[in-house]
Amino acid sequence: MRAAVWLKENLFNGWFNSLLTVATAWFLYVTLRGILHWAFTEARWFVVPENMRLLMVGSLPPDQVWRLWTVAVLVLFVSGLVYASRTGARVPRWMWVGALLLFAAVFPTVFPATRAFLLLTLLALPTGMALGARVTDRWAKAAIAAALAVVIGLLWGNTERLGGFSLTVLLTVLASVLAFPLGLLLALGRTGKWPVFRTLSILYIELIRGVPLITVLFLAYYMVPLFLPASWRVPTLFSIVVGFSMFAAAYLAEYVRGGIQGVPKGQYEAAWALGLSGSQSARYIILPQAIRSVIPALIGQLIAIFKDTSLVYILGLFDLLFMAITVTRNPKYLGTEREILLFIALIYFVGAALMSYASRRIERAMGLGTR
Amino acid sequence: MEPIIHMENVNKWFGALHVLKGINLDVAKGEVVVIIGPSGSGKSTLIRTVNRLEEIQKGRIVVDGIELNRDVRNIDAVRKEVGMVFQSFNLFPHMTVLENITLAPRIVRKWPREKAEKIAMELLERVGIADQAEKYPAQLSGGQQQRVAIARALAMQPKIMLFDEPTSALDPEMVGEVLDAMKELAKSGMTMLVVTHEMGFAREVADRVIFMDMGEIIEEGEPDQVFSNPRHERTQAFLGRILH
Repeated sequence: MRAAVWLKENLFNGWFNSLLTVATAWFLYVTLRGILHWAFTEARWFVVPENMRLLMVGSLPPDQVWRLWTVAVLVLFVSGLVYASRTGARVPRWMWVGALLLFAAVFPTVFPATRAFLLLTLLALPTGMALGARVTDRWAKAAIAAALAVVIGLLWGNTERLGGFSLTVLLTVLASVLAFPLGLLLALGRTGKWPVFRTLSILYIELIRGVPLITVLFLAYYMVPLFLPASWRVPTLFSIVVGFSMFAAAYLAEYVRGGIQGVPKGQYEAAWALGLSGSQSARYIILPQAIRSVIPALIGQLIAIFKDTSLVYILGLFDLLFMAITVTRNPKYLGTEREILLFIALIYFVGAALMSYASRRIERAMGLGTR
Repeated sequence: MEPIIHMENVNKWFGALHVLKGINLDVAKGEVVVIIGPSGSGKSTLIRTVNRLEEIQKGRIVVDGIELNRDVRNIDAVRKEVGMVFQSFNLFPHMTVLENITLAPRIVRKWPREKAEKIAMELLERVGIADQAEKYPAQLSGGQQQRVAIARALAMQPKIMLFDEPTSALDPEMVGEVLDAMKELAKSGMTMLVVTHEMGFAREVADRVIFMDMGEIIEEGEPDQVFSNPRHERTQAFLGRILH
């Protein structure tokens, strides 16, 4: 009954809307019929689970996979630690329960060797948060530095065969972490009062923004080794991360600059009148407000990095997209492009959606009590 | 006695506009000076030169024995000793009331958190809003925000306080609470430079009233004399327009 009322009010109120509803329904039926029929009868979905390993870690030897798990544990643990120490947030109970439920659900499908790693990874975030509420800011910063060093140590020299989703995530995280401070510095330089620093920042930002990402990546690939001793074998991954960071930093800088210019003049004057120096005003008064106001744009840039990592296969890295294409070249899986591409599209979508959700949460947390 | 603020032939231009025309002014320690005048007369600009929020092009300003010149160290030293309260409060919206007040003492004076918070709470008590310490500025009324701003400036333990039209942005019913806080401060012996349109406050609290017009000091004297018996015709015209 209620459904009938809803239908009448929303879909069939008046002859014109009724006509539109019928036409739309017919159009949807005609277009989706083929897709649904294919998805439920013809599609060979088994190609996805059978190649899950390739899609997730590429051709990394099984005895090296522990490195990835360790990196995942560390990153999640430190993220939780820093988040909780900054905000004083408690661990929500659903996080513990969710981690254990997820573990129970996935338990039968994974190799026995990976079960312990899986459990550790799932528990890393809530454990980090639980500890984070008890450590000071200084310890949190030390943890970031230590974790970064360990991650680089674990991955250095072992990245040649790394591929698939883990490579995509690794590129995204490393590029984001490096691009953010560089972007802040450039934004401060461009809005600051030192002419040399300002000119250099403008030059950098405009140069990078005037060059396509793919060109920046190629340039990084060929030029980064020039800046390092000739005897070092610079992993491609390293050059690519440098390229991505340099590219993203230019855009991040412009977003932050927008935020800085949106901070009222009175905030500077209040800070100066209290005796704060220029850099103290920037750190405590201007940047926190500037960044808060441009969080959606900043996260948008991180999402862009995440998706743009699919370009790296041109330089010989086997990211998620490349692994998907590789699978379809296997004679056993000929003609499964649709299944596998739909699957990786779903992975990209879920990843981007999660980041977008995090952005809204962060915005809400930072806007608390202010208007 | 050596004046705590000494201004000598101070001149300032905004482009071609000559906003301060050879101002000479000495303020003694503990003196409360109220500056009145029509808008655009340069009175806000004048007090903003005292902590160098406005640069001057000609003349000399010495604050507490420190010459205000291009030397950044001198500017920083003066700003530590001079507190300022703005018309639009300018509280930091991303910090709680307590954080607003303790920020400068902690990072400029390098006080430990406990000391800064103790003094902040005493100041909040003094301006009557100790119960609002954990709130954000946007959760307070205008009058409460301005009292927080006063406490924030006092937390640096300044020798001089500048007030730039502190009640002009307030709803009428909140003007009183801010003026009360300022009166109490004046009684405690603080050196104050106040730009305001509150003539009642000037009459009651000021040691000296200065009337400015077109970038010049037209007349100055004790409040009774300036208000009841203004000598200059521009002062008479101005007071005639605003009293009653």
